[in-house]
Amino acid sequence: MSHLTVPKTFKLYIGGKFPRSESGRVYEVVTAKGDFLANAAKASRKDARDAVVAARSAVAGWSSATGYNRGQVLYRIAELLEGRRAQFVDEIRRSEGVSESAASVQVDAAIDVWVWYAGWADKYVQVAGNGNPVSGPYFNVSTPEATGVVAIIAPQESSLLGLVSVVAPALVSGNTVVVIASEASPLSAISLGEVLATSDVPGGVVNILTGSAAEIAPWLASHADVNALDLAGAGDLDWVDLQIAAAETLKRVLPPEVGIAAPSVERVTFFTETKTVWHTKGLI
Amino acid sequence: MTATKNNALAPAERAVELIGGDLTEKSLRLHLEGLPGVDAVGLEARAAALGTRSIKTTSKAWALDKIIGLIDLTTLEGADTPGKVRSLVAKAMTPDPGDLSTPRVAAVCVYGDMVADAVAALGSSHSAGRDDGINVAAVATAFPSGRASLEVKLADTTDAVSAGADEIDMVIDRGAFLAGHYGRVFDQIVAVKEACRRDDGTYAHLKVILETGELTTYDNVRRASWLAILAGGDFIKTSTGKVAPAATLPVTLLMLQVVGDWHRLTGEKIGVKPAGGIRTSKDAIKYLVTVAETVGEEWLQPHLFRFGASSLLNDVLLQRQKLSTGRYSGPDYVTMD
Amino acid sequence: MSFLDYAPAPESTAILNLRENYGLFIGGEFVEGHGTPFSTISPATEKHIAQIANADASDVDAAVAAARRAYDRTWSRMSGSDRGKYLFRIARLVQERARELAVAESLDNGKPIKESRDVDIPLVAAWFFYYAGWADKLDYAGLGPAPRSLGVAAQVIPWNFPLLMLAWKIAPALAAGNTVVIKPAETTPLTALIFAEILQQADLPPGVVNIITGAGDTGQALVNHTDVNKVAFTGSTAVGRAIARSTAGSGKKLTLELGGKAANIVFDDAPIDQAIEGIVNGIFFNQGHVCCAGSRLLVQENIHDEVVSRLKARMSTLRVGDPLDKNTDVGAINSRAQLDRIRELSNAGVDEGAERWSPACTLPDAGFWFAPTIFTGVSTSHRIARDEIFGPVLSILTFRTPAEAIAKANNTPYGLSAGIWSDKGSRILGVADKLRAGVVWANTFNQFDPSSPFGGYKESGYGREGGRHGLAAYLESRGWAAPAVTKGARK
Repeated sequence: MSHLTVPKTFKLYIGGKFPRSESGRVYEVVTAKGDFLANAAKASRKDARDAVVAARSAVAGWSSATGYNRGQVLYRIAELLEGRRAQFVDEIRRSEGVSESAASVQVDAAIDVWVWYAGWADKYVQVAGNGNPVSGPYFNVSTPEATGVVAIIAPQESSLLGLVSVVAPALVSGNTVVVIASEASPLSAISLGEVLATSDVPGGVVNILTGSAAEIAPWLASHADVNALDLAGAGDLDWVDLQIAAAETLKRVLPPEVGIAAPSVERVTFFTETKTVWHTKGLI
Repeated sequence: MTATKNNALAPAERAVELIGGDLTEKSLRLHLEGLPGVDAVGLEARAAALGTRSIKTTSKAWALDKIIGLIDLTTLEGADTPGKVRSLVAKAMTPDPGDLSTPRVAAVCVYGDMVADAVAALGSSHSAGRDDGINVAAVATAFPSGRASLEVKLADTTDAVSAGADEIDMVIDRGAFLAGHYGRVFDQIVAVKEACRRDDGTYAHLKVILETGELTTYDNVRRASWLAILAGGDFIKTSTGKVAPAATLPVTLLMLQVVGDWHRLTGEKIGVKPAGGIRTSKDAIKYLVTVAETVGEEWLQPHLFRFGASSLLNDVLLQRQKLSTGRYSGPDYVTMD
Repeated sequence: MSFLDYAPAPESTAILNLRENYGLFIGGEFVEGHGTPFSTISPATEKHIAQIANADASDVDAAVAAARRAYDRTWSRMSGSDRGKYLFRIARLVQERARELAVAESLDNGKPIKESRDVDIPLVAAWFFYYAGWADKLDYAGLGPAPRSLGVAAQVIPWNFPLLMLAWKIAPALAAGNTVVIKPAETTPLTALIFAEILQQADLPPGVVNIITGAGDTGQALVNHTDVNKVAFTGSTAVGRAIARSTAGSGKKLTLELGGKAANIVFDDAPIDQAIEGIVNGIFFNQGHVCCAGSRLLVQENIHDEVVSRLKARMSTLRVGDPLDKNTDVGAINSRAQLDRIRELSNAGVDEGAERWSPACTLPDAGFWFAPTIFTGVSTSHRIARDEIFGPVLSILTFRTPAEAIAKANNTPYGLSAGIWSDKGSRILGVADKLRAGVVWANTFNQFDPSSPFGGYKESGYGREGGRHGLAAYLESRGWAAPAVTKGARK
């Protein structure tokens, strides 16, 4: 007798847990051919609100971890992704309708992107910060530090690689993230949530919402407790309105991109604030 | 092996009042080390800012006269002779023979064994306890190094007092201070103050030289200033003039701040004397500004502020001459001392 | 006579060679503006200084066109080392004419000559000198190999440090290869116009820098102009917000340097005399017209009374008066509008229940004046603890522990600067780590240097001015792979 599958329930990932949407809503995720794949949670504005609360409470711990520690935590995520390759390849194949080898290429790329960013955690300060040779008896150094809570609209056409390309860089400096996954292919996002939940990433550092970016993004853009907004996957939305809403609290805003941006350290440093400390220097 | 002893220090009223009856090396040390620290960069910046005050016209004229009246005209050379001292005194009495309206200096400052010559030369101009007249200040206590036994230092003091000195400029034991023996430094000052006592029960005025150039750090200067006041000094003085750096504006500012704190605490006014390295009127005016803006104008009087200087007087006279004649003057128009 | 009543020590205005009327500086020449000209006055005496041209929308067009022409034909084709040489020339000319510029600044702005002479103008020269050397070294700026300039930069600056803010804007923009249209503040155009003459003396190619005077609508027209690639604004948070909204989706790069309500934190082990100086400098320097002013004193509760008593004694030696007198410490408030705002907020402080104190001051009859003021008994929920007053008014609050000091310091939408006073190095560095502020001064305050990045967290703005970081605002990094998106964009 062949094995009857146990289909997975795809819930949100908030505060290290997997709640359903508080609205109770779900939406159908279908394959590229239109066959039913799963019901995914359709996040509401209250879920977004809760995600921001979880993200904010995780900032202090995550941003004060050493770069070495964050780097190790991020690297471990790559280890776990590697261990789950087959699952991710399978989900992408069914969701995007691509071949197994194309799906493998995407998963491999996602793992490599994650490893690349993990290696920056204890280095980006050296590249983006420096001592300043001021004209006076002062010790003066500028260092970048996390900006806080970053709301991200992930690239909508990619299940995994697009998501990883925007989430990983924001985490490097110690930011916490609320990310709206690809609406059409959200399953990899929730599987990523499972990876995060079993890694050493503290709850609340990454929060994943599935559903309609058009519905949720405005609530994040206007939220006063969100420090920065990455509109990477918002190209098809009224993203200028989102930027205008973000201006109310002077959020740092990254405009949308076509496709998936290549890994860059600028993506790490965009979500940092440069702090310059002066201290008197004297012998007597 | 003995446990550290907390020996009682020689009694000094101010210290007992502030720290308490159980005045020991330990309690004195705890008090001095509990004083607020000094940030050198900030202190020097404040001194520099005070130095940018622009003192012109009537304010300048007032300042020049005031400076003269606050000078301890000084000669402290191994080669001093009675003739040299007589010459110094003559200049102290008549700084500018071409302008007899010039004020007189506050005091002459000489080695203890030249006091008799200074007193004789001053004659009726010697204040000798009066409010007007010129004082004789003597350096004592194995000036400038202070490296001699306490007996020798006290004898040095009593000799000068007997010879007629109105004021004694003593040096603290810097070696003891830097080794942390605050109690020993304290006791020596108390003993010297006692040695300033005359037969009639009056005391010669005691200035305590900290030798800030050897104490080096501003924190040390703050502690030494408090220590000198607690032990009974009437004045705290920056330097012997024999070690560089001598007086500086930041160090003097700091000492004025201590004196201000003491006044706020007790109501008592202590004097400050920067000595050595103040050669120009421009510099001296900066000191007047610093005094006035830190502790107030009432400190600009001989019993609360002095300049220990020699060549300063002539520069002030040159400036004074320019103000009164309108033209620049020259070295031939001021006298040597 | 009281020695402390120092005789007048006026800096002479004879060094100035002012025109009666100033035009707009466009394409290397002074041309007439089409808007209604306005007067610039001395805030100390309310006397008229000169007639200033007013740029209308057509003038803004002309200026941007001149900047574009200069960019396309000259400046973007010039080598970095040649651009640097022009900036070095400007730096030298500023040094040569330093006294004249300082006098003009104090006359037009109201700040003490001591400050414009010893702080503002030297920093202006230093800023140009510093960025001159970067012009041919952009490969080393940390923005990838051969980063590109953006094009035409629109810059709007405030009235509190007129020439210095101009230097902060123009120097990095030019070093990076951009051309500039800059609008000085309405009440303080004078030194910018003298600077235009310096640009002529430096023989800077026409159109590389264009200086257009005017008010709010000139600024608005400028930042919204479609042929501008970059917008840089220093001023109020309210206007910064408006600019962020109006430039959304336009593709223009934006940096903002806005308001603040900085906490100056004094611990019980602070070097007390220097801390008092730092408090005074923090709020009374430049009459408190400083975005990074230490306008909230957070003093450890166990030394509150002593600090307040020492502060009052120190404030009694502050001299308020003629900005051109060399002994003046606190000058005039820049405008009647600003004076009204300071008064309104100070009255609010009294109404809220805080206790107000100022030293005795004789203020002149004419002009705009406000005595240095402190408020004690201020709570975190008072308006005077939250709103930026932008005047010589200090709100004093207390804290019990380092954690509480940090929490109170950070409990604001602003995040520009902060001060920490303590003799304990580990505590200073520990507290500095936790403060959400772009500039943290330890045992000092109000220090500026062209090599040191300056800018805010949160609603104090974004971007940094000064240092290597200050170049980033004016360059496009080649390492940045994202091409612009137009699909779905609204404009």
